[in-house]
Amino acid sequence: MADARLPDAFLTPGGSSFSEFLGSVAPELLPGRRTLPPGTTADLAPHGTTIVAATYPGGVVMAGDRRATMGNVIAQRDIEKVFPADEFSCVGIAGTAGLAVEMVRLFQTELEHYEKIEGSTLSMDGKANRLSALIRGNLGMAMQGLAVVPLFAGFDLVAGIGRIFSYDLTGGRYEETAFHSVGSGSVFARGSLKKLYRDSLDGDQCVTATVQALYDAADDDSATGGPDLTRRIFPVVHVITPDGQRRLPDAEVAEIADRVIAGRMQRPDGPAAPLT
Amino acid sequence: MPFYVSPEQLMKDRADFARKGIARGRSVVAMQYADGVLFVSENPSAALHKVSEIYDRIAFAAVGRYNEFENLRIAGVRLADLRGYSYDRRDVTGRALSNAYAQTLGTIFSSGGEKPYEVEIFVAEVGDTPEQDQIFRLTYDGQVADEHGFAAMGGDAESVASYLSEHYTPGASLGEALRTAAAALGHTDGGDRVIPPEDLEVAFLDRTRTQPRKFVRLRADRLAELLRE
Repeated sequence: MADARLPDAFLTPGGSSFSEFLGSVAPELLPGRRTLPPGTTADLAPHGTTIVAATYPGGVVMAGDRRATMGNVIAQRDIEKVFPADEFSCVGIAGTAGLAVEMVRLFQTELEHYEKIEGSTLSMDGKANRLSALIRGNLGMAMQGLAVVPLFAGFDLVAGIGRIFSYDLTGGRYEETAFHSVGSGSVFARGSLKKLYRDSLDGDQCVTATVQALYDAADDDSATGGPDLTRRIFPVVHVITPDGQRRLPDAEVAEIADRVIAGRMQRPDGPAAPLT
Repeated sequence: MPFYVSPEQLMKDRADFARKGIARGRSVVAMQYADGVLFVSENPSAALHKVSEIYDRIAFAAVGRYNEFENLRIAGVRLADLRGYSYDRRDVTGRALSNAYAQTLGTIFSSGGEKPYEVEIFVAEVGDTPEQDQIFRLTYDGQVADEHGFAAMGGDAESVASYLSEHYTPGASLGEALRTAAAALGHTDGGDRVIPPEDLEVAFLDRTRTQPRKFVRLRADRLAELLRE
């Protein structure tokens, strides 16, 4: 070992982005830098499906179902698709599961790296923009069928509100008001939230609304998993408040899901919203 | 006239140069306490840190030239994050990081072309039990020492360490350890002084934290509270 010292790239000042650093020292580790053979690869790998997020006055909730599909097959029934991004934000991903998980890991490292190097956290918009850049880097693979579509939510400590951002494949970033959903069952989930959502929800009600929305998505979309009663598998729910983000314990989610299911036993289509 | 300088003389000159630079700065103390490893330094600046987080269980502290140790700190964060990203978070170790630092400092010290770094570094890693805690002390020439209990470096390292060797108690609480460390930093052969709390930089690795990241920077109000106890 003639040269075990840290390579120059490590000691070069400037640059607090981990993905840029990775691009210069180990570009093969960046998810978007791989070249694929021509043709579509869409059915090669499992796909994650529906993610919903909704804000309430004291924070923001994000929930994801547990199903991954590969064509007509259920590839996994207890996959997790909502991840903490840092202390005050989380990211849920629909699309190619393997790539999505890798991208989440890169995004988590990106935020932590910035925090450690700069000694302060990125602003909420800064985080959302970094995720944009990572998605944009994946455009080539998305065009061959390996798309990743995230939903990003967090508590903005400066503005004092929960915020939700959605993305398109080109990295376009859109701030959503109140609630949003991505993935194959998102149309149904959004329709459900339209009827259930109110500005005055508290934390528990907001969690219930997202669980209801996922139930509706699973009701009409074959790729979204509903609550699995025999195996006791329920959605992954993250709640972010000014105190930080936490994943709700399975027991808590199970309790809410049981209440939702009990209601559906009486009325399978879910709670009825007033007509006017 | 021949300009011959013996290797011994050359190394001695370089070591003297580095030592002089380090001696100008204030000291840093690293100390094991019941729940982890504590770092205390006298640092009037609230923005330019001497102690910082590298990774989940690993912290970094340094004395000497700010631009040089800041460079090493950033390199350490990059190395740790790269390793954690390409393998797993558990595969980032303080020992590997210390090795990389030692090789870097050693090569720079003995190469003719570069000025030696005027820095000394602590790399500490907190384990699941106090026995697994590690504190490495690295000097400007790339030497590594494995420290146990407590260690000091910087300008008054010797008098600080001698105070600590008399007053250090293993398994102390955070508050006790902090007060001992703060008193040690104020101790000189000529007499003791009390360092005002706003001039203390305090951070620690706390194994009892539930989050994976164990590094905590002590806020001013909590610091004042602990010093008063």
